[in-house]
Amino acid sequence: MTPQTDALPTSLPNTADQSAPTARISEARRLYWSIRRELWENRSLYVAPLVVAALILLGFTYATLHIPVDTVLFTTTVNNNGMVSHESHGFDPIRVYTLAADLIMATTFLVGIFYCLDALYTERRDRSILFWKSLPISDLTTVLSKAAIPLVLLPLLTWALTVVIQTLMLVISLTVFHARGLDTTALRTQLPLAQNALMLLYHLLAIYVLWYAPIWCWLLLVSAWARRSPLLWATLPPVALAVLEVITLHSTRVFAFLNYRIHGPTGIDFHVVRVSQGVGVMSMSSKMQLTPAQFLGIPGLWAGLALAAFFLAAADQLRRYRSPI
Amino acid sequence: MTTIQATGLHKSYGSSVALSGIDLSVPEGRILGLIGPNGAGKTPLLNAILGLTACNGSLTVLGRDPWTQRDQLMADVAFIADVAVLPRWMQVSDAMDFVAGVHPRFNRAKAEAFLARTTIKRSSKVRELSKGMVAQLHLALVLSIDAKLLVLDEPTLGLDILFRKQFYDSLLNDYFDHHRTILITTHQIDEIQYILTDLLFIDRGKLVFGCSTEEFETRYLELTVNPGQISAAQALKPIQARQTFGRTILLYDRVPREQLLPLGDVRTPSIADVFVAFVGNPSQPAPLSPPASTSAPMPSSNPGAAR
Repeated sequence: MTPQTDALPTSLPNTADQSAPTARISEARRLYWSIRRELWENRSLYVAPLVVAALILLGFTYATLHIPVDTVLFTTTVNNNGMVSHESHGFDPIRVYTLAADLIMATTFLVGIFYCLDALYTERRDRSILFWKSLPISDLTTVLSKAAIPLVLLPLLTWALTVVIQTLMLVISLTVFHARGLDTTALRTQLPLAQNALMLLYHLLAIYVLWYAPIWCWLLLVSAWARRSPLLWATLPPVALAVLEVITLHSTRVFAFLNYRIHGPTGIDFHVVRVSQGVGVMSMSSKMQLTPAQFLGIPGLWAGLALAAFFLAAADQLRRYRSPI
Repeated sequence: MTTIQATGLHKSYGSSVALSGIDLSVPEGRILGLIGPNGAGKTPLLNAILGLTACNGSLTVLGRDPWTQRDQLMADVAFIADVAVLPRWMQVSDAMDFVAGVHPRFNRAKAEAFLARTTIKRSSKVRELSKGMVAQLHLALVLSIDAKLLVLDEPTLGLDILFRKQFYDSLLNDYFDHHRTILITTHQIDEIQYILTDLLFIDRGKLVFGCSTEEFETRYLELTVNPGQISAAQALKPIQARQTFGRTILLYDRVPREQLLPLGDVRTPSIADVFVAFVGNPSQPAPLSPPASTSAPMPSSNPGAAR
């Protein structure tokens, strides 16, 4: 360290610019900057999905280059409802597209969970909340900016990344097949990429955002409340409550409630074809069978949204009251 | 205009009382030193003023309720709660962008010019900076805000004496302009004595003393008593007595210098000496509290006159 390093200038610069700091700053602008700062702080929000996407592309390219020339890929039928069914013969390209979409969604989902648990916890632990609170930004704006990450930014990122990756995969397939003299008709006609992009958007809005809103907001609430281990506080109490209910009352209402929230209402099939690792993922060849009107008619959806709003309001109040840890 | 107006502020954490009936009135254009031992209630008082904690009683800062209107209040108030609170992941340039983006009274040119005189790189992250550099960055941000009230809670804690001296000089010479109010807490009282216009002692959640530094300098005298004249000196009712190197040193409040001169060596005590007299002796009643508790302990003398 040079001796100069710790020296404070003997006088503050005397700038003539006295007129600058009078502009009014709108709440929307503060929200915009707050969201930007979340992205500065949590680069993993987009780095992790990008890395996964890059790995998918690499793996896919490798696999495509190594398909035996004489492979019969699959036979496909489209029924009257527009449902695409396919019978694969060993190698199934559609399945790979589905898997790519699943992986990207699972990644942003996991990143979102850890983000939410940290969002209002780390700023108290490292005391930087005292810096944020020295600026004219309300607690509500801050909480909303943090909620916007799983409720707006991550779904949009998931969608954009999936569309880009699936398009690139198609381009790679077509290029390789063409170069190797394989028939590309099935690829060009049987992959409903545009339709799929729309359905993915619907799925993300319906499930990722609206149905899971209370889960995201619960995680934010716990991160605003916990003095330590927000992950444990977010998960163990609900599970413990469910187990306690089974032991004492021999009923499973809490379990049913949790299950309903994670997997969607029973009897109404979201047509999430595979539910892997608790993450609802959509199949490439499937449709979400609920129309928007049917989906909006589920009472559990509105109850969940009301709960989400309550959790956010509570997180806002907690951020006011909680002091640094 | 009154910057801070508090009446009957009370705050307790469980059974421990942090603030116990604080009455305070701070006009604009003052540099106020809030002085007290550890755990006296300095930080709870500042937190209440900054809207970081709720408390009972009435409190307005620049005409606003800090607890319910913190975000609006922060457009006119700048504070450094602790030098270490800048987020460690943040890049210097990001910090500037962010404050410029959200603060209507932030003068970016001023902050840039301030940073240009340091060795801080714009691309550095806060975690890569030395403790002194983090303090410089935070001060560059805060002092570039055209605030009406600046609150500094131990702003120079852990920094070396050169830095502290320069900081307080620049605060007085370049920042303070008779329309701003500055509220400082520190343990190093004597270092900031010369910049203060007012003093406030806090002990066990109560304000035990408050006066302007001008008044302080005329009111208090310290007498090192000549041997044999102790009883005469005691007759003048010192407010505190102590022994140093076998000699008795007495502290007087509002006793004319001429009366003391024949009894020994007379000098103006430091703030620390008077502070010890008020705070160091638990049995002594707080000189200002009972008779004057209905009025504000801060003298509201002409703000421009003090400095």
